[in-house]
Amino acid sequence: MNKIENDKEENTNPLREMFSTFFKSYSAVTGFLILILITVMGFLGPLIYPTDPFDMVWMPFSPPGNDGFLLGTDYLGRDMLAQIINGARVSIAIGFSAALVSCFIGVGMGSFAGFYGGWIEEILMRITEFFQVLPTLLFAMVIVALFGSSVLSITLAIGAVSWAGVARITRAEFLRIKELDFVLASRASGSSNLSLIFLVILPNAAAPIIVQSALLVGAAITFEAGLAFLGLSDPNVVSWGQVIGSNRTYILDATYTVTFPGIAIFITVLAISLVGDGLNDALNPKLRSR
Amino acid sequence: MTLLYSFIRRIFSMALVLLVVVILNFLMLHLAPGDIADTIAQTMGGADEQDMAQLRKEYGLDQPFFIQLFKYILRIAVLDFGHSHFYNLPVYDLIMERFPATLLLVFSAQILSLFVGISLGVFAAQNPNGLSSLFVNMFSLFGYAAPVFWTGLLLLIAFSLHIPIFPVSGMRDITIENGNFFTHFFDVLRHLFLPMITLASIFFAYYSRLCRASMLEVLGADYVRTAKAKGLPKREVLYKHALKNSLSPVITFAGLSFSAVVSGAILVETVYAWPGLGTLAFNSIISRDTPVLLGILIFSTLMVTVGNLLTDLVLRYIDPRIKI
Repeated sequence: MNKIENDKEENTNPLREMFSTFFKSYSAVTGFLILILITVMGFLGPLIYPTDPFDMVWMPFSPPGNDGFLLGTDYLGRDMLAQIINGARVSIAIGFSAALVSCFIGVGMGSFAGFYGGWIEEILMRITEFFQVLPTLLFAMVIVALFGSSVLSITLAIGAVSWAGVARITRAEFLRIKELDFVLASRASGSSNLSLIFLVILPNAAAPIIVQSALLVGAAITFEAGLAFLGLSDPNVVSWGQVIGSNRTYILDATYTVTFPGIAIFITVLAISLVGDGLNDALNPKLRSR
Repeated sequence: MTLLYSFIRRIFSMALVLLVVVILNFLMLHLAPGDIADTIAQTMGGADEQDMAQLRKEYGLDQPFFIQLFKYILRIAVLDFGHSHFYNLPVYDLIMERFPATLLLVFSAQILSLFVGISLGVFAAQNPNGLSSLFVNMFSLFGYAAPVFWTGLLLLIAFSLHIPIFPVSGMRDITIENGNFFTHFFDVLRHLFLPMITLASIFFAYYSRLCRASMLEVLGADYVRTAKAKGLPKREVLYKHALKNSLSPVITFAGLSFSAVVSGAILVETVYAWPGLGTLAFNSIISRDTPVLLGILIFSTLMVTVGNLLTDLVLRYIDPRIKI
């Protein structure tokens, strides 16, 4: 009796069903936990391990484990562990907010293009194609080099160049959904175009957009790391890419100074991609195995 | 005739893309805080109002926005990209000197990753749940998660420092003075190897994953079964019937990734000090050499559009139904 009730409940509540599918997948849960751990490390870590990442605390190139520095010190004698803990905050913050920015632009462009069609679609899709052709890293480099390297300008630069994929997916979903009967019904009952776009079609197109956005977070984190590696990072905050970039001339003396921050980026992005795969399975009913 | 027509249309749209990049360049220069007069005044150690006005007049900064824009476009059209403050050379010469190196890196990496990716994909598709498929999946996760400059540094540490097989940096060994063509060729090849592998490592996993999926789909098609039933050898079925029909999504994706390859090349070049546009861009960031950076943006966009055109031609060759 109990089991039947459970089944019934699972089938009637899509959100719960989604969560249960997501949390049944080991890799997705692992990725999710790692991501939470890294976020907590970035935001609360400095309270537990209060060493200032910019302080020169010991002699340079002290190997990991020596002299009480778990991950050693870098070329200026700064604590690597403190740099990695503090770097998490920037990576996570920029990764998520840049993905949010590009999601916003991409969904806007894609939904209007898909819904209205005609010349609006032509123009918006031309712009999207343009951003697909543009070498994104170089364009972001130019923006950051010209407008200064603050966390805000880096976030906006990354967000402004990486929305093309979201726009294409959103448009494709809109093209498919706008022909369906419930949209027609909603239109017949007097919905305005804007409410059709944002209240009727968009919620039904959300699944692939969410999956794509999850992947965007990972891409934005590597993107930020790349910019920081090239020296285009906010000088007031520590970032993993910047730690690698400034230590890379000394890899002969201290390999670990580039290995550890790289591992941090790798694990973070890997966790996000595992979460993305899990979301894909949970949200995409066609692929879901029953 | 239709081919010629669509070719001309493509060239036209390429020109349009470049025009938009040039306009964007100008807009960014215009919107960014400070102008060239400020930069010059800074390097001169200060200037009074009169000098500043004189400078602005000399560089045409006192003219209306659209006239400035028009003049900027005209200058770019005759390949005048301005002057590098840092190198004291025309930007065009600087870029032309380094363009071939980037071109070599980008295209060799793209071809290598396509080749490896497709072979791996075909191999994995024959055994969809086997070890090779697992390998493909693992590698595509790695390609997505590992930042390319980090992969480069790790390869550098492994194969140039600990096991010194490959040179640490550069493109040529300057100690080779009078070699023939082949010594130089192999020298460049030896230098190219690590950067090429690094850049290809991001993409070949994607290509192999795509190729595996599309091969699996094609292998289930009726005409493949017919080909098998006819008694054709397995090799022929696999490469002549299945592969040719499963290539087009892979090639399409390769065309779309061209801009990502160019972006990756900038990072890889910086790691290996490969004398291309990437290292030039890196240096011009450090020395705040904006004209060079803008010139590189235009040239790499040109490279991406040409790459896209080439992939479209290949696509058309593979699948004549596709119109470019």
